[in-house]
Amino acid sequence: MLDLADITKRFPGVVALDGARLSVAAGEVHALLGENGAGKSTLLKIFSGAQACDSGRLMFDGAELSSSDTPVQRQKAGIVTIYQEFNLQPFLTVAENLYLGREPVRFGLIDHRRLRADAKAVLEGLGLDLDPDMEVSRLNVADQQMVEIARAMTLQAKLIVMDEPTAALSPREVDILHRIIGELKARGIAVVYVTHRLKEVKAICDGYTVLRDGRFVATGRVAEIEVDGMVRLMVGRDVEFLQRPPHREPAEVVLKVDGVSRKRGRHEARGTSLRDVSFEVRAGEIVGLAGLVGAGRTDLVRVLFGADIMDSGTITLNGQVVNPASPCDALKAGIALVPEDRKQQGCFLDHSIRHNLSLPSLKRLSRWGVFVDETAEKALVEDFRARLNIRMANDGVAMATLSGGNQQKVLLARCMALSPKVLIVDEPTRGVDVGAKADVHQVLFDMAATGVAVIVVSSELPEVMAVSDRIIVFCEGRITGTLDGFAADEETLMGLMATGRAA
Amino acid sequence: MTTSTERPPFDMVAFLRTWGTTLFLLLLIVVFAAWNPRFLSLRNAVNILTEVSIYGVIAVGMTFVILTAGVDLAVGSLLAFAAIAAAWVVQAMGGAVPQWLVALVVASFIGLAAGFLHGKSVTWLKVPAFIVTLGGMTVWRGATLILNDGGPISGFDDGYRWWGTGSILGVPVPVIIFALVALAGHIALRHTRYGRQVYAVGGNAEAARLAGINVKAVIISVYVIVGFLAGLSGFLLSARLGSAEAVAGINYELRVIASVVIGGASLSGGSGSIRGTLIGALLIGVLSNGLVIMHVSSYFQQVVIGLIIVAAVAFDAYAKSHRGKV
Repeated sequence: MLDLADITKRFPGVVALDGARLSVAAGEVHALLGENGAGKSTLLKIFSGAQACDSGRLMFDGAELSSSDTPVQRQKAGIVTIYQEFNLQPFLTVAENLYLGREPVRFGLIDHRRLRADAKAVLEGLGLDLDPDMEVSRLNVADQQMVEIARAMTLQAKLIVMDEPTAALSPREVDILHRIIGELKARGIAVVYVTHRLKEVKAICDGYTVLRDGRFVATGRVAEIEVDGMVRLMVGRDVEFLQRPPHREPAEVVLKVDGVSRKRGRHEARGTSLRDVSFEVRAGEIVGLAGLVGAGRTDLVRVLFGADIMDSGTITLNGQVVNPASPCDALKAGIALVPEDRKQQGCFLDHSIRHNLSLPSLKRLSRWGVFVDETAEKALVEDFRARLNIRMANDGVAMATLSGGNQQKVLLARCMALSPKVLIVDEPTRGVDVGAKADVHQVLFDMAATGVAVIVVSSELPEVMAVSDRIIVFCEGRITGTLDGFAADEETLMGLMATGRAA
Repeated sequence: MTTSTERPPFDMVAFLRTWGTTLFLLLLIVVFAAWNPRFLSLRNAVNILTEVSIYGVIAVGMTFVILTAGVDLAVGSLLAFAAIAAAWVVQAMGGAVPQWLVALVVASFIGLAAGFLHGKSVTWLKVPAFIVTLGGMTVWRGATLILNDGGPISGFDDGYRWWGTGSILGVPVPVIIFALVALAGHIALRHTRYGRQVYAVGGNAEAARLAGINVKAVIISVYVIVGFLAGLSGFLLSARLGSAEAVAGINYELRVIASVVIGGASLSGGSGSIRGTLIGALLIGVLSNGLVIMHVSSYFQQVVIGLIIVAAVAFDAYAKSHRGKV
């Protein structure tokens, strides 16, 4: 039914896909597997029409697809994609969402009676117990997803693509989703299922295709492979990172995290509940937090930094309970964070590099704590520019003009200027080019060498393994294992991340 | 990588973005002066500056508010309320304390307190600033009318009137106060830690919070500043007119916001300056006065000022997208 061959897609500086392929039969549930950055999302975008490929052949339902199709044209052809961020209108009803833009019309006005009746028929056909008149914003995440699937049905979809559909669902909701997928399958609809949860693949998928670094690795029947085998296929590659020099004897404990729990708020669009998280970080140590997207690593570091407030637990710094109530508290105590989303949470893009770098250090740089001493401020920026090899025209240009790597260095410098006791870096090299990656890692090593306790969150396993003395693995908001950073292998890690058990 | 020391080519859009309003202001002055030489007379210039000073004082405060991506629609009503409440207290007190001192303290205090209320509502009740101050605009105007049944309060002594009509070395007192306020505002925004925090909150509130800034405190503070300056402006206006009027300051919020926006501040926060606001306030003052001298009806003036506001913001938006394309 769907047959993609030799798909290649280049972005400036990166080859996202290099000869990728994927074949899915009618009525098949097909798993698309790969690590973060393997090219799954790009491939999805190419066959859903959100992006055009540079070269390759796309066959669907016996006809060749033009690579210049828009998503709407692909939908008409029968390919419907359900993204992680749903594409629903929150203040319209279920029925209105199902037929948005295609409402039944009578005398030039929307025929509400027929709209409701049609919607009801579609929902019942899928065995869904949803009220067509309910406003979508009042539904929970799982039901919203069902609405998305029902909408795909109203579009006469022949192939439904689901990107991490269970990332935000409870186990019971996952069961319901899987039942619906069985329903789709029975109607001859093909499903491409992207997930990191390999247990689910075993449970509901028929075929699988593995991508790695944008290349096709393997395809086959799920019945003929075990979870371990899939992990091996996904991982197998050379570690290309600078390895950390052997670490010193561990020193005294700096940060102690004890029994931290936090329930995800009802109105939080994303996030994972933390369950009884405890660990320690010593002076001069780099601890890597590994886990899948949504495993709770970012949620944890936000709690440590006071950006979110925990429900229970204690955070102790050098023997004193800190439990920060705000980032301001955390910084005062000596905990600094380089946040995950550089542009949204870190940078002031329109402001100068100097103002970006010095902001939290201004108290120290001001006369009487009021008037900024620009000479001292410039000296500080110049010092970090030289130390971290930050490439910039001058410190007065806007942050937006810097490359991702240099922006990241400015944010690291911002934290370093505070001389923290604990430095937390969430995704230190996301969107950072290879050369700057090594620089960023060197900064982390240097910080640790001066006795700072460093915590690194990264979705790139090779990175976690290269920089960490110790790796703590998270799965679904819990710690599922702690490994020696020098002895850990990707397969064990992947097993702990995906299933909570060592593979 | 190309060397960073070479000078970038001349960028017309960037140049106009920085100097366009100033050039336009100079152009207007030339045109009006050519039309009627009386426009450039000392008396008229002093007159324009005094007019501008009354709302310019508030525009300085409004710059802080708009820098944090907020807005304050209540300043005109607050001005009237602070002025009439101050006059009311002056009347009630008799003559024990100098009238001007009583009025200055009362008007400032009312401005501060009302600003604090606005700021607290924005941060604590999480009501958008537009709505909070839209409500404030009605509430303070209503309170003004209640206080003296809609009538003006007059009968101030010379000491009080001096603040609006007096001068030092030929410079009117309101102009001196405006200059001092603008200078203080400029220094606060450009050279203090607080100023950096104001820009940071408007530039990216979440990043500011994660950089350890008490975002709520900064937001409350800017409403306190603009409230205080609205109170001060009310005091100056009543001193100039010789009476506190219930209808004083109507539409001032629009003039003030227009000054800031024409001065290049972005309503989405994080960019703008006192220098720009100063030019914006002068531009509106010159335009109103010049159109009167040209015998253009006051109705038509409103049309012109409205068009200029939209043009200024449209140009700013164009300049931003232009930068994005490079």
